[in-house]
Amino acid sequence: MLLAQRRETVDEILSHYPEKRAALMPMLYEAQDVYGYLTDEAIREVALILELDATEVYAVSQFYSLYYHQPMGKYIIRFCTDMPCALVGAEWAYQQLLDILGVQNGETTPDGLFTVEHAVCLAACGSAPVLQVNRQFFENMTESKMRHLIDIIRTSGLPQDGPALRHLPRTADTPTGF
Amino acid sequence: MEQVYLICRHRETPNIHQYDVYVNEAEGYKGLQKALALGRDEVINVVKASGLRGRGGAGFPTGVKWGFMPKNVQGPVYFVVNCAEGEPGTFGNHEIIENNPHQFIEGVIIGAYAIGATTAYIYHRGEFKFGAEMIQMAVNDAYANGWLGKNIGGTDFSLDIYLHPEASAYICGEETAQLNSIEGYLGQPRLKPPFPAQAGLWKRPTTVNNVETLAHVPAIIRNGADWFRQWGSEKSPGTRVYCLSGHVTRPGNYELPMNVTARELIMEHGGGIWKGHGIKGFIPGGVSAPILTEAHLDTVMDYDSLQAAGSMGGSGGCIVIDDQTDIAWLAKKMVDFYQHESCGKCSPCREGTWWQKNLLDRMMMGMGRAGDVEMLEMVSEQMNGVCFCPLGESSQGVVLGAMKYFRADFEQYGLGRAYDGVIPLGEITHGYEEAPAGGVKGNAMEAVEAVRSSRAH
Repeated sequence: MLLAQRRETVDEILSHYPEKRAALMPMLYEAQDVYGYLTDEAIREVALILELDATEVYAVSQFYSLYYHQPMGKYIIRFCTDMPCALVGAEWAYQQLLDILGVQNGETTPDGLFTVEHAVCLAACGSAPVLQVNRQFFENMTESKMRHLIDIIRTSGLPQDGPALRHLPRTADTPTGF
Repeated sequence: MEQVYLICRHRETPNIHQYDVYVNEAEGYKGLQKALALGRDEVINVVKASGLRGRGGAGFPTGVKWGFMPKNVQGPVYFVVNCAEGEPGTFGNHEIIENNPHQFIEGVIIGAYAIGATTAYIYHRGEFKFGAEMIQMAVNDAYANGWLGKNIGGTDFSLDIYLHPEASAYICGEETAQLNSIEGYLGQPRLKPPFPAQAGLWKRPTTVNNVETLAHVPAIIRNGADWFRQWGSEKSPGTRVYCLSGHVTRPGNYELPMNVTARELIMEHGGGIWKGHGIKGFIPGGVSAPILTEAHLDTVMDYDSLQAAGSMGGSGGCIVIDDQTDIAWLAKKMVDFYQHESCGKCSPCREGTWWQKNLLDRMMMGMGRAGDVEMLEMVSEQMNGVCFCPLGESSQGVVLGAMKYFRADFEQYGLGRAYDGVIPLGEITHGYEEAPAGGVKGNAMEAVEAVRSSRAH
């Protein structure tokens, strides 16, 4: 399926490296995109393309947090609860998000739209609490902003990603944390 | 001390991410042109003379690192750019790649030229989706204008830059783990020596540099070493992007000369502690740096001064902690991170972080036993100096550092008392399988009681 649908991308990725094996990580992203998640079939196809054992591919895919081995929601929300974020209330905020969606950590909403999990540092500690939806940043989260965000995604999908002035220091009237 | 924008030039030059703006308004690619005219050895000499030190964590002099690369080797030489920013408290690279990618790419090309590389891999966080798009855009512009590809600037120097996405693993910020990860193996560190300069990517000579380090290079080549040395201190010249987070009024990135004190950074630029609270401590170099106290506020934020104070400059992430914070809880959050991110290669780290987490978890839950604090100390001391790479060393360093100044915070959990903030019980794994998933609000004692009563049945 990967080869059938993305032959050019696969060839492009392979051309970046002197050894096929090195294409493993970008290839797993492509496979995940095509198959939805890393099914056994996806793992076998990646192994076939890279001339590796499926076991080796599986081992590497398990090492990282962004490869998924079960069906996920259309929108994967990853919420940072690491120490710098937790200092300004990220654990509370994460609990609020779980309440808004009516799920627990790691679960998917019944409509299949949202999967929520907590993440390790997302490198945006200055604008904590911070979450990512399908690897797009949303920062300085409050309960009302999260409700708003969920509503927007439900009605019209993800807003367009864009350059951020978000790391500029906050102004005095910007509320900090909670 | 005022901010100086050598890296964060997008704050003064709008749209600097566009090629035309970068070239016409920001002397774009002039540094590369000059580097090509100077020749490899002279580029290394200028960077050596500038005293530029690696901004990734270790603070190793960049020019010296480049000088380690063997000369006139046959076959490929590789350049790897570490853009796997994931140290809690650090978000400088994130801003650079999203807003000023051309300056960074120009630095990559100059660096590759200096070490004689023909291929460069930018190993970026999987989470930096937009950032990677911006880097790719800058790379495409550079190809289109002859700054990448064959015979750059009419010389015999050729370079290709490829982006390599990682997939969220903190250990892959360690340079040899990063090389393993690029090669398609588990991202676990390698034994050194051989160092990457001798045998790195595919056993070829390789240099690994950080994004912020390379973003400094074009201006240093353009303006000379002395120009760079007008900021900062003798041993740590130039500016650094300090990432301010935690209990501070105005968190964010602040680019300041490296002789700024913690007091100036936190109290003046950061606007002081939030909500009018007092300061309990600050972590000066990302979560791996041991905590310092109010008494250290006048420490200069350069590598050597912070080391002398018992901490480290690390990644430049300054996390501020107010006087309402429980340092034992803080240690638990840090150990949670290390335990989750331990790669499993060496047992001191794999088992040590597990035990640290287990002990802190049960102390927080009010299940602490007499002697737990001493055991935590003992476990941490046993990790000291025997872990394979800095990840495990950091985990013991931050716990022992916190216990050094705030031991009373740990001892209050000796018997029975539980942390009454939020403990996401779903994360607590070892020995408390019965705990409700998802977490509880309020007093964790209630949850503990629930667990105990369920055990009684």
